Amino acid sequence: MKSATHQRKLWMAGTGLFLCFFLVIHLLGNIQLLLPGEEAKQQFNWYSHLLAGNIIIEVIAYVLYASIIGHVVYALVVTRKNKLASGKKYKYDRRSSASTWQSRNMGLLGTIIFAFLVIHFKDFWYQYKFTTLPLDEKGNKDLYTVVVAAYKEWWYVVMYEVAMIALGFHLLHGFFSAGRTLGVYHPKYIRWVKVAGWAYTGIITIGFMLIPVYVHFTKA
Amino acid sequence: MKLYLKIWRQEDRTSYGKLADYTLDNVSEHMSFLEMLDMLNEALVEKGERVVEFDHDCREGICGQCGVMINGRAHGPLSNTTTCQLHMRSFKDGDTIYIEPFRATAFPIIRDLKIDRTSFDRIIAAGGFISASTGQAPEANSIPINHETAEAAFDSAACIGCGACVATCKNSSAALFTSAKVAHLALLPQGKEEARTRVKSMMNQMDSEGFGHCTNTEACEVECPQEISVLNIARMNYEYNKSRILEK
Repeated sequence: MKSATHQRKLWMAGTGLFLCFFLVIHLLGNIQLLLPGEEAKQQFNWYSHLLAGNIIIEVIAYVLYASIIGHVVYALVVTRKNKLASGKKYKYDRRSSASTWQSRNMGLLGTIIFAFLVIHFKDFWYQYKFTTLPLDEKGNKDLYTVVVAAYKEWWYVVMYEVAMIALGFHLLHGFFSAGRTLGVYHPKYIRWVKVAGWAYTGIITIGFMLIPVYVHFTKA
Repeated sequence: MKLYLKIWRQEDRTSYGKLADYTLDNVSEHMSFLEMLDMLNEALVEKGERVVEFDHDCREGICGQCGVMINGRAHGPLSNTTTCQLHMRSFKDGDTIYIEPFRATAFPIIRDLKIDRTSFDRIIAAGGFISASTGQAPEANSIPINHETAEAAFDSAACIGCGACVATCKNSSAALFTSAKVAHLALLPQGKEEARTRVKSMMNQMDSEGFGHCTNTEACEVECPQEISVLNIARMNYEYNKSRILEK
């Protein structure tokens, strides 16, 4: 006997938290772009190669693909069921005054993030995995040059920043909401989850937003 | 004061409803919202029209019978209040007030502003009780319960089942209502025995009634007349997850 609604929310929370964990690994990689000149190139390409050739990372990558697809599919199912549950719309609706904007717009924010992910995968992931990139001096695939070339375009940076703002709002609600779904109910621990959520969101969002701007103005 | 009312009129469950316009003069600011509707209904009776039907009982804010959407918010513009405890001093002369029934697929409209909330009764019937005989009221005192736990259980038990949580939820989730009962009984020694089966049956019933998912927007707590905390939802999720993990 399972509660279907809660079961779906558990999947959303589980996949969401895994994606949160992945963002940390991703940010650690991107931070290397902030290194000075040639060092950034070698370090970044070395890191990319390290991840690409690692069996543990390979397994994590498949969990990652599954998590992205699972998170999106469950979101679609949940949204559809919620529409059915809501029934007829109110003629005059001011319910929004009782909750935060991001908590009501997770679907919209998620759609922006997903659209960004499609472009992101095409531009970097696909390039690295399925095309023959030139090698750098150390013999690693030169992903660094691809990244810098992308960040050279101002519109690319703007798109990136918009997506990261959407990600920030998504995380702000998502992180805490996942804690709730997992059943963190004691006020003391809830406070910790909230503070951890804010800190995590702040670091991830600012971190990811800073890098393309820095690269655009200093390296490209 | 003079008010312009836009009230949802619907003949029965199946018919198509719409907003109807009424103008009401000489409304006193000391009237409760329901007294204002009584005044309108008197005028309608005098004109030989069918009155606007709405639910109400105690008019003291404790029975949970009244409850309508007023200007797009459950129980009106004030937070944590019932419709009967809302007074006309919250409105101004010349205001237009939209009055609609609480809407959710699991709350079908019976007529006008009256809705069918028996889905809540079926959730309670699915597990919101204690099977073992716990004796007469004085015997409850023979089981020591610390003050904080007793207070927390009583806070959860305060839910009056008005349905504002569902009405204000963008997903029409009944998580706050269901969790209040789950948490109330899970906290007390008499209720703990069946906690694992209770949470599952009540949440299953909640799903089969057609309520939506809880997205933790926390709007329910803002509108709840009894200020039932959203932490009850967290507690319910905890109880549910625990019951699934410990399940044989």
